[in-house]
Amino acid sequence: MQRIGVFVCHCGTNIAATVDVKAVAEALGHEPGVVISQDYQYMCSESGQNLVKNAIKEHKLTGIVICSCSPRMHENTFRKAAAAAGLNPYLVEIANIREQCSWIHKDIATATEKAVILGRAAVAKVHLNAPLTAGESPVVKRALVIGGGIAGIQTALDIAEAGFDVDIVEKKPTIGGKMAQIDKTFPTLDCAACILTPKMVEASQNEHITIHSFSEVTEVKGFVGNFTVKIKKKARFVDETKCTGCGLCTEKCPMKKVPNEFNMGLDNRSAVYIPFAQAVPKVATIDPNYCMMLKSGKCGVCSKVCSVGAIDYKQQDRFIEQQYGAIVVATGFDPIKLDQYDEFAYNQCPDVVTSLELERLMNAAGPNGGTLLRPSDKSHPHTIVFVQCVGSRCDDSKGKPYCSKICCMYTAKHAMLIREKYPDTEVYVFYIDVRTPGKNFDEFYRRAVEQYNVHYIKGMVGKVTPKSDGKIDVQASDLLANEQLHINADMVVLAAAIEPDKTARPLATMLTTQMDTNDFFTEAHPKLRPVESATAGIFLSGACQGPKDIPETVAQASAAAAKAIGLLCKNSITCNPCVAHSDELMCNGCSSCEKVCPYGAITYIDKEFRMPDRTTKVRRVASVNPAVCQGCGACTVACPSGAMDLNGFSNRQIMAEVDAICK
Amino acid sequence: MQKAMIERAKQLLADGTVKRVIGWKRGEFAYDITPAVFETADELDRDFVFDDFTAANVSKYLVKESRKEGKVLAFLKPCDTYSLNQLTKEHRVDRDNIYVIGVPGGPKLDIEKIKAKGITGITNVRNENYTIKVETIYGTEELPFYEAIMDKCASCKSKKHVTYDELMGEEGDVLDSNRFDMVEKLENMTSQERYDFWRSELSKCIRCNACRNVCPACTCENCVFDNPKSGIDNKAPADSFEENMFHIIRAFHVAGRCTDCGECSRVCPQHIPLHLLNRKFIKDINSLYGEYQAGADTTSKAPLNEYTTDDCEASIVHERGVE
Repeated sequence: MQRIGVFVCHCGTNIAATVDVKAVAEALGHEPGVVISQDYQYMCSESGQNLVKNAIKEHKLTGIVICSCSPRMHENTFRKAAAAAGLNPYLVEIANIREQCSWIHKDIATATEKAVILGRAAVAKVHLNAPLTAGESPVVKRALVIGGGIAGIQTALDIAEAGFDVDIVEKKPTIGGKMAQIDKTFPTLDCAACILTPKMVEASQNEHITIHSFSEVTEVKGFVGNFTVKIKKKARFVDETKCTGCGLCTEKCPMKKVPNEFNMGLDNRSAVYIPFAQAVPKVATIDPNYCMMLKSGKCGVCSKVCSVGAIDYKQQDRFIEQQYGAIVVATGFDPIKLDQYDEFAYNQCPDVVTSLELERLMNAAGPNGGTLLRPSDKSHPHTIVFVQCVGSRCDDSKGKPYCSKICCMYTAKHAMLIREKYPDTEVYVFYIDVRTPGKNFDEFYRRAVEQYNVHYIKGMVGKVTPKSDGKIDVQASDLLANEQLHINADMVVLAAAIEPDKTARPLATMLTTQMDTNDFFTEAHPKLRPVESATAGIFLSGACQGPKDIPETVAQASAAAAKAIGLLCKNSITCNPCVAHSDELMCNGCSSCEKVCPYGAITYIDKEFRMPDRTTKVRRVASVNPAVCQGCGACTVACPSGAMDLNGFSNRQIMAEVDAICK
Repeated sequence: MQKAMIERAKQLLADGTVKRVIGWKRGEFAYDITPAVFETADELDRDFVFDDFTAANVSKYLVKESRKEGKVLAFLKPCDTYSLNQLTKEHRVDRDNIYVIGVPGGPKLDIEKIKAKGITGITNVRNENYTIKVETIYGTEELPFYEAIMDKCASCKSKKHVTYDELMGEEGDVLDSNRFDMVEKLENMTSQERYDFWRSELSKCIRCNACRNVCPACTCENCVFDNPKSGIDNKAPADSFEENMFHIIRAFHVAGRCTDCGECSRVCPQHIPLHLLNRKFIKDINSLYGEYQAGADTTSKAPLNEYTTDDCEASIVHERGVE
């Protein structure tokens, strides 16, 4: 006979305000098998746990039901408490009467009735719980970082520093990411390259770090501590091991009319190229869309001038497979495309640029060698208008609902740098709000206004019209002065919203991690677990999780590294004992479960069975590897014969819960 | 055709290629044909039949027969080959232990349709140039062939054999059938009309289990309806609708695996159009996940057993029923 204890938590007023906890305890006390039913202010507190422990010993309980918050919060707490009192931790069931009941109901009567029903279902389930023992699985002591921007680099450096091997997979030919394209950084105005490139070099020189540039993750299998990842090394038609990065091929390449993506298409590069001088790895890459040799077989100049014979026109995509214990996602961001913003004339006028394009226009390695010139006629601009929130904080479908967070600060930086270098230039900034929280951030913005006399105007730009004399008419409203303005500008700079990189969505599917509606990765807890994804062993670094500036990105990157190191330090991790198993007498051997298993945990064996008439029969039956199974339950649903079942969530238990709810 | 089949079967038995033959034999009446296993030439000569009434799908019997020692020869009509492929895919038969001879399909005759014309005392039925001559103890009656064909043959999906080792007669094609017409009609009903339709049909069920026992997709080692541990076995129904759930559970069970062979409706003694439940699933799967024919091959992944990132969320994109 089962002896079940029920413990109803008030959670202060979180539960007790909308659920009559005493009535719930009273009602559940009459359920079959329940020998004690109590309520308490805070069941998760030390004294609450003692209450549970004492009841287990005193009443010789065979199972307990805690009516409290979500099992995501305190299931572990009560499992440990049960174990301390000598009860198998898997004989604990949680009835979630907070998130799924008290928080979403207003009426005490209905909420109480629902709490009783949820408790009754948990009692019905715990009747059928079996004691389970967790096994262990080893941890592969190697981490994968996906994305080689400042976030990925910092995470990799920190993990390597702790002595673990790290691989960085970067889709572009070089690591460095967006930070490499930035000219100066706020709030200190130091050169981005000056602080980033040492880290890039450090990453390439670190014996624990392997950089897979021009590569993509194509497949992820396995689970925390033991992921198997397939990486595609895209053909760059240059042997990375031979190329010295001398750059002779890029000089001699006759195809020089390729838009240079590093400079945002503002100038051209050759078909064989090294993105920028400090690229890591400093290896040339041939662009097959433009290389005449690859397209028509006529040229071959680069191969002739290469003194080390690194050019290989026949190179193919290669795939490598590697085991990892932890994966850090650092896929970063991109500015949104401005095709839909005709009112700002971005597609009509070359002198209307995005902020990232302005970074390149002002950079010494940019198209104009660091002198700010209009892209159209290479003249000095004398009036520049900055438009804030282009696509950020939008309620229409064109833009993003969120604040991109970095634009206010980089626009202040741009305005200040321009006024410093070209004092004869008038700078206007149109804003909705200026948002500058952060250490030394507001001081920075005030310097732009007070010291550099940048004209900050609260209001939005309505229309940007290129004029025949080369000037640009900017029509805007000044909300504080309540008047319409027309500014005769030479250049317009749009602070385009930022969005997660497009490769993030398919990657999230591969990693079985969650994303929000904007395709930012969702953290396990918005406050308390900001760098972990809800999937064990997958961590989040940088802007893939939400808009961030460089200091925040680096802080989060190191935090993600610390979490990954914490995992890699362990020799083994405790497995979830709630794994699937097959009833061989019922198994048809149809392979349905094998086909749906995302972890490859199911294999088939030919097994001999004794038949009632003393003969034997060999049958094909499913066999689950409990070390690989993650207990997702997909096989139990796919199994046509009902042979597959999940420990802790058996078909019988679930039916018992449904029956209890429908009673 | 029957003669040629017997001759070929005898040859294969004699040269040791096969040890047994699975086909059909006559029962009490001329039209009362059942599947049968033959082991000798004499048995073949005496009992083997292949005529307008051999509608039964023999593929399911291969689950047992193919696991016995020695090869078994199976004469399969096009629709039967789909079932065999599906069973091969699910590892329920040992395909290497089966010698398949593809034989022409229907249309086959439905004795119930002849009887429905008021003809009784039937002793024999002959097909003369698509006119049926029904011999009875009262004399001979005539009716056009197509007035008495099986419903499942009237909406035949394919005349093509999807697996065989040898073919007798000519090979046909996959047909553009009208098999979803009735499903569409049901979909266009209001939910109340549809409920009434199924209640009136399913309430006729006597739970003889014939549909399950004949179904080539129902080959579980231990059927949930026979398993006391499953929780749905021998449970006293609270009302007659609960009993009807048997058919709905079964339809879910074979969803994505049913080849639409039509055997469930053919054997139902109460003439419940059970195949319509399965066809609804087939139609939904086709529209939600792309055209899929269970049993068309032995390697493709069934849509319900496969996850792709662009899979639709059925509950969101699919408009269920029209109110």
